[in-house]
Amino acid sequence: MAKPIRNGFESMKKDFFLFIGFSIIIMMAPRFFAGGYLMNVLVFVGINTMLAIALNLLLGYAGQISLGHAGFYGLGAYLSGVMTTTLNMNPWLAMPLAALIVGCLAFMIGLPILKLKGHYLAMATLGLGIIMYIVFNETIEWTGGPSGLSGIPSLEIGDIVFDSDVKNYYLIWSAALAVMLFSLNLANSRVGRGLRAVHDSEIAAQVLGVNARLLKVEIFALSAVISSLAGSLYAHTMTFISPTSFGFNFSIELLTMVVIGGLGSIYGSFLGAALLTLLPEILRGANDYDIIIYGALLILMVMFLPGGLVRGIPTLYRKIVKVKSEANHA
Amino acid sequence: MKLKFINLIFAAVTLLFSTNVFAAETIKIGALFAVTGPAAFLGEPERNSAKMVVDEINKAGGVKGHKLELVVYDTTGDATKAVQLATKLIKDDKVIAIIGPSTTGETMAVIPVAEKGQVPLISCSAGSKITDPVKKWVFKTAQNDSLAVGKIYEYLQKSKQTKVSILTVSDGFGASGREQLKSQAAKYGITIVSDETYGPKDTDMTAQLTKIRGSNSQAVICWGTNPGPALVAKNAKQLGIKIPLFMSHGVSSKKFIELAGDASEGIKLPSGKVVVADMLPAAEKQKKSLMAFVKDYSKHYKAEGDHFGGHAWDAVMLIRNAVENGALTAAAIRDQIESTKSFAGIGGSFNYSQADHAGLGKDAFVLVEVKNKDWSIVK
Repeated sequence: MAKPIRNGFESMKKDFFLFIGFSIIIMMAPRFFAGGYLMNVLVFVGINTMLAIALNLLLGYAGQISLGHAGFYGLGAYLSGVMTTTLNMNPWLAMPLAALIVGCLAFMIGLPILKLKGHYLAMATLGLGIIMYIVFNETIEWTGGPSGLSGIPSLEIGDIVFDSDVKNYYLIWSAALAVMLFSLNLANSRVGRGLRAVHDSEIAAQVLGVNARLLKVEIFALSAVISSLAGSLYAHTMTFISPTSFGFNFSIELLTMVVIGGLGSIYGSFLGAALLTLLPEILRGANDYDIIIYGALLILMVMFLPGGLVRGIPTLYRKIVKVKSEANHA
Repeated sequence: MKLKFINLIFAAVTLLFSTNVFAAETIKIGALFAVTGPAAFLGEPERNSAKMVVDEINKAGGVKGHKLELVVYDTTGDATKAVQLATKLIKDDKVIAIIGPSTTGETMAVIPVAEKGQVPLISCSAGSKITDPVKKWVFKTAQNDSLAVGKIYEYLQKSKQTKVSILTVSDGFGASGREQLKSQAAKYGITIVSDETYGPKDTDMTAQLTKIRGSNSQAVICWGTNPGPALVAKNAKQLGIKIPLFMSHGVSSKKFIELAGDASEGIKLPSGKVVVADMLPAAEKQKKSLMAFVKDYSKHYKAEGDHFGGHAWDAVMLIRNAVENGALTAAAIRDQIESTKSFAGIGGSFNYSQADHAGLGKDAFVLVEVKNKDWSIVK
């Protein structure tokens, strides 16, 4: 299933225009939705997109599973939250510092953990996520425990305070687009090719001169850093955090976003994050049946779009066109 | 163009699913309850009670001709969802007051949204930091934990059992209780000789209880919500612990007696008056509201009404009373609630003021004891 390696000038130009087009659409969106509640949901689509991309780099590209990413997300949020409230630090300083701490931590944990493979790696990362969840709950003096940490300051640039949904939208999506651009470049670089090689066969990659072990740990740390950044942004836009947002369930939700969107595709992560964040809102009107419809839709998507939305939608489109043209011929 | 199309689809889908009927003069109230998830034991009776009382008000012709409309969303106990849904209630549903959320964590998360949107929020959760310090738009109907702790300590002080062990659950409810138990002890001349905790999903507390048995404590206070405390009661009985066991108001429903069985006999706990409604003297101000609530709840839902549902009942009634006094905007309703005096609800007799948005005094609780598988009032 390895993607053909593209590094020709033509495809680079195509990628570039695709990204520019995507950015323009994203930045224009508030003109259509501004004011309503949907704006708030779209802010979360941005945060979840960053998280899904982070996990996708690890799972889709390097082929290493993590069931504990909500932990890194939460750690970023809590570090940022604690540093800006109890230690009165500037949020712009707290965010990169939190990311740095989380990155170092992930690197150190990654060294032993990423020697594991398959189910064992899943179990280890699962444990990691749960440990972090317990820490958020139990270190009450710092985190406020289960009742949460409030009074986290909003981000500011000069006179602009990011305290409304529309302002937060631009803030979060600027970050999300930056993460996207970075990841797209990474995926098409030597590192990205190395990751895909590790994905297909670690031994083959080693033979070809890729330091598979180090590369896995590095991408794990990078993934944690992006998650931490998303967590910090979440803390500063919500101004309140509590452990329930960073539990095991959310790790699973992230995994679902990546798989539904399409493994190994950055735009797929966006589609997955958008779908899983918007779907509950659309289904909310169905009252008590929303969970059933939600579950059924997920099952259908995995069954009929096994490559995820990003590959499934074009295939589906081609099929429909084909059926139509056949009907025209007949 | 593409986006406009998506927008259209979204609008169409929303319209398709929405069942709201827009009639003039209808008063829209929003509600956020944790109907599913770990806090469902709070959210479900709250939703049921709120729906029940709104239906009844409408059946009786509404308030001064205005029908009430309740928009309920399930937060699943998640603070992020609670914030999103609060935003939705204010921006899209344009409600003039919000009832809930069910837990302290969610309430703390929603407070900035309500304050910015300038909509009164009547929380159904107990944490004292919700209304301390007082926030202009935030009220609560659930009794403060500090009142429940005070009730137990008062009794202990009177019966000269001053060395106590505490065993609290490590969630929001338990953490808040532990804080209060520790901070109020000195005031009542009580020393905490053993301070143990257990996890919300633990199934055996013998280890903690064995430690407590080894200490020289004269009473055990356990702070948690079902099913943990029932296990504590059973384990204590198995270990032959003879010193009296106290529980929190978090288990004051028949469910606890069911779960703990024989082990529940003799356990004392502070409770809202709803569980002993029929035993209250006729002169009790709350008796009328309590009896009506208990009767209606069992008629509608074939289950016993508990004080969690009562918090939502009180919240709806506060808004109803405000509307009856002529308040039709969010700001007017806020002012009316703040000036509510001696409103005899389910949780107690409410007296709000500019300095007090919790509204309840120590008389909101009675100390009850389990006798013959039922509640009885401790004199």
